[in-house]
Amino acid sequence: MSRDTHLMKSRTSGADDAASAPPLPPENAVVEMQLRPDELVATTRRLLAEGGRMQMVYAWWSAPERLELRYLVSQARGKPFMLWRCTPDAPVPSLAEICPLVGWYEREVTDLFGLVFENHPEPRRLIFHEGARVVEPPFKPDYPPGMPITVEGQDHYVPLLGGAGDDVQLLPFGPVRADVVESAEFLFFYVGEQILHYHPQLFFKHRGMEKRFEGLDPAAGTVVAERVSGIGSVAHALAYCQAVETLSHCTVPPRAQWLRALLAEMERLYNHLHYLGHLADTTTLKVGQAEGKLLEEQAKQLNAQLTGSRFLRSILTPGGLRRDLFPRGWLGEKLEELRAEASRYIQLLGETDSFLDRLLTTGHLDGRIAFDQGATGPVERASGIDRDLRRDHRYAAYAELPLTVPVEKGGDAHARFKVRAAEIDASFVMMQRTLLLLPDGPVQAECRPSPDTQAFGWAESPRGSLFYAVHVDGEGRLARVKIKSPSFSNWRVFPFTVHDSNMMDYAINEASFGLTIAGCDR
Amino acid sequence: MALWTLFGLKRGSVTTSWPEGPGSDGQDGVLGMPRYEPGLCDEGCKACAEICPTHAITMQPPAEASTGSGMLAVDYGRCVVCQLCTEVCPTGALMPSSDWAFGASRREDLVWAHEAGPMRVAKERRGFRRSLHIRHVDAGSCNGCESELQALNNPFSNLHRLGLFFTPSPRFADLLLVTGPVTNAMFEPLRATYEAMPEPRWVMAAGTCAVSGGIAEGGYACGSGLDDVLPVDLYLPGCPPNPAALIEALLIFLDRMPQRLSGGRINHAE
Repeated sequence: MSRDTHLMKSRTSGADDAASAPPLPPENAVVEMQLRPDELVATTRRLLAEGGRMQMVYAWWSAPERLELRYLVSQARGKPFMLWRCTPDAPVPSLAEICPLVGWYEREVTDLFGLVFENHPEPRRLIFHEGARVVEPPFKPDYPPGMPITVEGQDHYVPLLGGAGDDVQLLPFGPVRADVVESAEFLFFYVGEQILHYHPQLFFKHRGMEKRFEGLDPAAGTVVAERVSGIGSVAHALAYCQAVETLSHCTVPPRAQWLRALLAEMERLYNHLHYLGHLADTTTLKVGQAEGKLLEEQAKQLNAQLTGSRFLRSILTPGGLRRDLFPRGWLGEKLEELRAEASRYIQLLGETDSFLDRLLTTGHLDGRIAFDQGATGPVERASGIDRDLRRDHRYAAYAELPLTVPVEKGGDAHARFKVRAAEIDASFVMMQRTLLLLPDGPVQAECRPSPDTQAFGWAESPRGSLFYAVHVDGEGRLARVKIKSPSFSNWRVFPFTVHDSNMMDYAINEASFGLTIAGCDR
Repeated sequence: MALWTLFGLKRGSVTTSWPEGPGSDGQDGVLGMPRYEPGLCDEGCKACAEICPTHAITMQPPAEASTGSGMLAVDYGRCVVCQLCTEVCPTGALMPSSDWAFGASRREDLVWAHEAGPMRVAKERRGFRRSLHIRHVDAGSCNGCESELQALNNPFSNLHRLGLFFTPSPRFADLLLVTGPVTNAMFEPLRATYEAMPEPRWVMAAGTCAVSGGIAEGGYACGSGLDDVLPVDLYLPGCPPNPAALIEALLIFLDRMPQRLSGGRINHAE
């Protein structure tokens, strides 16, 4: 095993930069380890025994004929990330039996790169459907650019239910479902009102977004990152830009760091307000639904007044911001009005018995399952897991903000509601603090990526942890971009709360998870 | 429950009366498609064409350039409103604008042209003008378009006031509103939804992805929007189109508002 460390923020880019660079959070380093395939299982067992957690697994071609697997790992809080690098020169064992959340990442690598893992407990396609005609995995270096993987028929994997018999009915729902929603197909196996088993068929929306980055100039990648998950535009752009800044040894000016935190919290605000309105809708609280949607609209209109975009797009760039923003003197007052309204709304929701009755005990997620299957964001925090990248691996101006991380132990839809409601409060406090302390100065620093480098960037999006791995080739262009979105994690977990539950609770439970499909499918 | 009734009553009406009354469209500050002024282009400058991530801006062949359209070919049907061209343009030939209302019934109306063709008179859609039922299909969007489509039914926009409704089943739908570049996996479900609609039926491409493929176009997993997949009756590029842009486009479709767009620009006089 060999180890070396590259740090989140380098101070070597010049004497001037070094003088103004903020202190390095030690937990933001990435410690690299080279592992042989036969060392993976034992190392994973050791990691889990020490309280560590796998964050994502991906593959890339380190040379045209040389595939490399990369495992990004969190250790206990306050410790740096670890990156395990493994060349599959011998059969690679699946880690899904001992670390279930890895299962989807391995299947994705199999679909996109053609590498098969030994003894995988779910040896099936994930990204591609049964009807997809995959002549060759699309991430092979010699894959013809633009050759489509066509999909014929509506064939899909249908799980077998052992001992079920004829009484069990199968309800396939989707991919075109009622109302204005994203496309996905849900399979319910049910008897009467009881759901025995639930299987979401996702990836109808797989657009090949990671491939779309390849060959681009790193500065141009931000526009793509903003369009991976529209309602997470800031988080995606931020995680991407931070990865590029790390591999460029670029220090972002303080004013840009503060404004980035402001934008990230504004994104959290409109997403969480939407969440409350949607949750009220599923509990048939019509006035509550209208109020949530109205507050979301007001938040989006503030977004546009500040940035020109209701989704806070076209502002971030590697090195800082594309242009300065001027929130002083008007935004604070508007946010305070919105805070008062949101606070009254949340209080009213919390006093409504019919609303609480539908949430309490609904969709219970056990803390152990949440951890093992990889739950993230408000979902894991509602099951008692106290993690938040804004605090645990600080970025933007979060080190200087009064961040509170609400955690609930209940694990049900009510706990997930409470976590998000408390996060709305916390966001308002941080936004006002940002407006108070926003320093003057430039908003952009030069950011020139060094050739043949790689780095990670991350953000705590409204839905949880988001990671970008960015590889730059010898000519300074993007060679590989891997995206781990929070919904990819939470969709993996969600079915565990649906099996053996009640049909009438399904919509409420789904709303309480606050999932997106675009981010998961990419 | 009584609590909520009181709360709702005290809230009063928050719905805008736009576009039929004097209310706000709610889009203060929203940046739209960059405005192109061909006369201002610098000879030999390619900055915008080089930075445009979706090739909405390309260099004209020299023969075309002399006919008055300038050096650039600008197709707003491909524009993702990223504003990069307005930032690199040294002369102001491409300027930020609030022109987000880019609804049009013909694809060519989205392309900048020196001679803007006459405004097309919308087909009379007798029987549907006061009541249109829409089935939405997400064919691989980033969820930005869905977020804005959902916003149409919030109390501010309140789409129902205009006689426009989303319907769960394609069997009851008059208009198929499609978002996303049409991923390979959504191709057949999209076609099946269209086939399930009764005639007369119309199709709207909402958002730049559905119009031309947008940022995700091509590659192994998706196509180039709705052209060649379904017959399109209404185009609305935007990334995403905001609720007011969606409302305006739908009303243009129903001949309740005039189409202001032709030759890739909005006629602000009307």
